[in-house]
Amino acid sequence: MSTMVEARGVTKAYGHVPVLRGVDLVVAQGEVMCLIGPSGSGKSTFLRCINHLEKHDAGELRVEGELVGYRLQNGKLYEQSDKQICAERANIGMVFQRFNLFQHLTVLDNLIIGQMKVKGVKEDAAVKSARELLARVGLDAKESNYPAQLSGGQQQRVAIARALAMEPRLMLFDEPTSALDPELVGEVLDVMRDLAKSGMTMIVVTHEMGFAREVANTVCFLDQGVIEESGTPSDVLGNPRSDRLRSFLSKVL
Amino acid sequence: MSKDQQSEVEVVPVRHVGQWVGAAVVLIAIAMVVHTLFSKVPLQSGLNKCVTTAGKRVCHPIFIWRFQWNTVGQYLFSSEVLHGVILTLQLTVVAMVIGIVLGVIIAVMRLSNNRLLAAPAWVYTWFFRGTPVYVQLFFWFNIGLLYKRFTLGVPFLHVTFFSTSTNVITGVWAAILGLGLNEAAYMSEIARAGIISVDEGQTEAATSLGMTKGQTLRLVVLPQAMRVIIPPTGNEVISMLKTTSLAASIAVIELFGAVQNIWANNFKTLPLIVVACLWYLFMTTVMSIGQFYIERHFARGALRSPPMTPVQRLRKDLRTLGGRTRLTRMTS
Ligand SMILES: Nc1ncnc2c1ncn2[C@@H]1O[C@H](COP(=O)(O)OP(=O)(O)O)[C@@H](O)[C@H]1O
Ligand SMILES: [Mg+2]
Repeated sequence: MSTMVEARGVTKAYGHVPVLRGVDLVVAQGEVMCLIGPSGSGKSTFLRCINHLEKHDAGELRVEGELVGYRLQNGKLYEQSDKQICAERANIGMVFQRFNLFQHLTVLDNLIIGQMKVKGVKEDAAVKSARELLARVGLDAKESNYPAQLSGGQQQRVAIARALAMEPRLMLFDEPTSALDPELVGEVLDVMRDLAKSGMTMIVVTHEMGFAREVANTVCFLDQGVIEESGTPSDVLGNPRSDRLRSFLSKVL
Repeated sequence: MSKDQQSEVEVVPVRHVGQWVGAAVVLIAIAMVVHTLFSKVPLQSGLNKCVTTAGKRVCHPIFIWRFQWNTVGQYLFSSEVLHGVILTLQLTVVAMVIGIVLGVIIAVMRLSNNRLLAAPAWVYTWFFRGTPVYVQLFFWFNIGLLYKRFTLGVPFLHVTFFSTSTNVITGVWAAILGLGLNEAAYMSEIARAGIISVDEGQTEAATSLGMTKGQTLRLVVLPQAMRVIIPPTGNEVISMLKTTSLAASIAVIELFGAVQNIWANNFKTLPLIVVACLWYLFMTTVMSIGQFYIERHFARGALRSPPMTPVQRLRKDLRTLGGRTRLTRMTS
């Protein structure tokens, strides 16, 4: 299996405050990795480095073997142009805690705007694939609604469909169910479970340990900017080695 | 049927004495205004109109409308006034277009992380908001004293594409420049507030889809900023329509300049002021109505249901009026 994401000693600081202090991890193609860790440990920052919403300071970060944000040529690192960065972002889907659907567009328009404006897909084709995706997340009846008219769970399913509309090779989820009422968490996790079954490579920041145990191939525990423990869900969640992970799990479980 | 089942008890609403007194005062004030608007007064010269009937000469004073409505009517649609109205509208539109386009550019510059963009934008706003627009109009009108020629080319290299004498800066061009550049300073503040009001998550989502900064701004941020930008911009348009009257002082024959020209000849100052007021009122009223519908359009998606149009509201009021009589009656 080829490698989708590879991080070697990735660091990032905001001003003088180090947030990532040497993150090492590998995510294989088709793998689902759940990233867990206490609030403020740098989980969101790491996800945002993967699609270059944030620039990492040092270390090597590769997606599909390509350096994120740089091009290596003749032993020198050249910064990528904005255009190249945008093109690479289009291949990585991201789902946010607070959905971030475009409020001024209908559900259908949310799904076609990226295809049309970024990938240059014709409107007919964009609408067709958008409708298929809406059916897949169970929201084909809502295509002409505005996001404000949907429940949180429905909005998050639309947000997942919007990311999938770009036909990404990697999906990043940043606490996709944390802003939802408890009874709405299930419908979003169902969609994610289906997505995982379809073979999508996923990095999921989550506090849903049940989901991690059931769906993840690997669980990584990020604490204070480094990966403290990683392994299969049963290893990491069942036999925590460090005190920090043990105390973290006792709080979230 | 027994009487008990049938009987209805009427609910007596609270009487609001204060509201009735207030309403009476307002009604009297309205009556006074209407009365003075449509009252007649003796001709000021004291001229009398005399008629001789059956050898008897009877004189009585001549009465005219206090507001000289017949003179107003005579000039309201005269060609000079209509030309003035058209120029007023043209000035308003052109100055607002310059103001909005430049204002959005300045707002984006001010929000840029690049100091070299943000600082000039700040200075621009500082200068144009810090000096009176009336004074700025005179500055542009007299720009010829400062620069003899206006040239488009490559700076410092003596490459010229286009050059013209600043004599072409007539009153109209000075007004367009002055009003437009001044407006840009105010519009930039409005646009900036609008852009800031859009949640950062919207930008993140657009960026993560692979949109460029320009696409994110054009397709995601600005359309949503519009909801915040439109209402004060509508006010700016209405305000601009009235501010164009300042251009009369730099030889622009817009509406106010036109009526001034007329009264300079015939001294019918007051009715001509009324003519100008009626036109300004008419135009601002039409604009306010337009503003309502534009605001309603851009509120889509932000509210679960759009605000009612006046017609819809009237219907609802009538319906609840009908409903109230039912509510005030209860079966015992
Ligand atoms: N834009 C920023 N500027 C400064 N500090 C930030 C910024 N974003 C995040 N941080 C800080 O970085 C740390 C890690 O944040 P984050 O990656 O969001 O953590 P997590 O997602 O694990 O809760 C936190 O202490 C947070 O305060
Ligand atoms: Mg986070």
